[in-house]
Amino acid sequence: MTIRETLQRESSVSGKHSFDFVWLYRALFLLILLGVWQAASGPLLDPFWFSSPSAIGATLAKWTWTGVLQHHLFVTFKETITGFVFGATFGVLLAFAVGSSDILRRTIDPFITAIYGVPKVALAPLFIMWFGIGLAPKIVLAGVSVFFLVFFSTLSGIAQVDQRMVHALRTMGADRLTVQRRVVFPAALPWVFTGLKLGLPYGFVGAVAAEMMASNAGIGFLTQNAAGQLDTAGVFAALFALMIVTALLNEGLGAHERWLFRWR
Amino acid sequence: MAVAQYATKAILESAQQSNPADIEFRNVGRIFKSRNGTVEVLRDFNLTVRKGEFLAIVGPSGSGKSTVLNLLAGLDIPSTGAVSCHSKAVTGVNSEIGYLTQHDSLLPWLTVEQNIAVPLEIRNVAKPERSRRVREMIANVGLSGFEQYHPSRLSGGMRKRAMLARTLIYDPPTLLMDEPFGPLDAQLKLVLQAELLRLWNATGKTVVFVTHDIVEAITLADRVIVLSQRPSRIKLDEKISIPRPREVHDVRFAPGFEDHYRRLWGAIEFDSAGQRQ
Ligand SMILES: Nc1ncnc2c1ncn2[C@@H]1O[C@H](COP(=O)(O)OP(=O)(O)O)[C@@H](O)[C@H]1O
Ligand SMILES: [Mg+2]
Repeated sequence: MTIRETLQRESSVSGKHSFDFVWLYRALFLLILLGVWQAASGPLLDPFWFSSPSAIGATLAKWTWTGVLQHHLFVTFKETITGFVFGATFGVLLAFAVGSSDILRRTIDPFITAIYGVPKVALAPLFIMWFGIGLAPKIVLAGVSVFFLVFFSTLSGIAQVDQRMVHALRTMGADRLTVQRRVVFPAALPWVFTGLKLGLPYGFVGAVAAEMMASNAGIGFLTQNAAGQLDTAGVFAALFALMIVTALLNEGLGAHERWLFRWR
Repeated sequence: MAVAQYATKAILESAQQSNPADIEFRNVGRIFKSRNGTVEVLRDFNLTVRKGEFLAIVGPSGSGKSTVLNLLAGLDIPSTGAVSCHSKAVTGVNSEIGYLTQHDSLLPWLTVEQNIAVPLEIRNVAKPERSRRVREMIANVGLSGFEQYHPSRLSGGMRKRAMLARTLIYDPPTLLMDEPFGPLDAQLKLVLQAELLRLWNATGKTVVFVTHDIVEAITLADRVIVLSQRPSRIKLDEKISIPRPREVHDVRFAPGFEDHYRRLWGAIEFDSAGQRQ
């Protein structure tokens, strides 16, 4: 749980009425932003380099009409979600396996940290060499990106479990498995979610980066292709579409999170 | 009256002296080492609690009362000496005791009802019996109506009561209680004290009860020990002569109460240099 989220949770408790207004403010903010861009495009900014909201909108409309956008979005979405599911599953499982023993955790912690420090995107050429130019390298890169974030977050959650709760259950006669199920898992679950929420955008980054290097479909291909034709509106349109999908998915995760942790 | 009282006392004492030792501390020392230095909490600490005895521990804050209970529960290990419980050395987590800790240890993701059911779940008690016993216990501690609440929505006193219920429900032979009634209002405190005495009478459990309330200690216990300041030893070991059964609301008017109170108060006051606990 980041500080920002904690603050948001608190403010939504104290100010139930301001909640609806926030969406209005957000819409206004977006409109102003787009309006300024639109107005500046031409007199201040060269539309060739910076495009304009209206041109981007037109491109989006055209792509949606012809089905190009749906096709490429779906490819990227498929790669990312597949990678996300694999990466998150392995991340959680491995974190619980490693976290079950203090010695094990402390032994491999520095190695994982070292690997974590490598920019995952730098692995793309390697994965393309190994797995070709189909969906596989994109899924693997998305999966690896998600894996590390989920693994790390979950492991730090496990390390911070309140030992007093563990002790309470042990004195009641609970075995290790019961302690894991009743205390460690529920205590680490918010951290799992933090990892998932952080990991999702990185999953997209991984998939798109691999697409940009070698592919004939997906948002990464679309931006690369548009840039190749010096079509700035096309580049922005592709990124904009990706932004919307990521935001919607994150919102969905957040809703699940709020429901799951309603005991707080 | 005096004769009867003397007789009761004699019977009580002889009964307890004949019981085997349930809990033993032998020359126990406990030193905490940290970056900020070392704290010697216990030194040459000796204590025997007989089976079925109700022992109260009072002492200044930081004198090691909670440490004594942690050692008994096997959550802490002595630096020197040995602790035994039910004639066995305590070497790991001791699951033959029920430990009501000073801090909150309810699981925040479970409701009151689910929290109290955890020990029964661990013991594989069948579901119908489990829910029956949970319901009974919730009524006993006065939490009816709050079954579906999560701990974050309960007051401090209610959380203590839920912890009390969770400790009592699996009927451990020995109870360790660390200031269990501290945050409760006076009225409820009396109710729960009476309930605890009733339970103790009926079951003959050994109880080690830490409190900062001398009246409470005299009301409940067969014996009250006063810890000195660190490194702690037993400064006063006071047998409570007030006969049983006792009524929690008028123990303080019983003959002998005054004397006990004065002696215990004096022992605590002497060491804590104006800062009583
Ligand atoms: N795990 C620990 N590490 C370091 N110091 C500790 C630890 N537990 C207790 N202490 C110290 O031991 C002393 C006695 O603590 P405690 O037994 O909790 O006292 P009491 O319950 O009588 O108030 C305190 O000064 C406390 O700071
Ligand atoms: Mg204490």
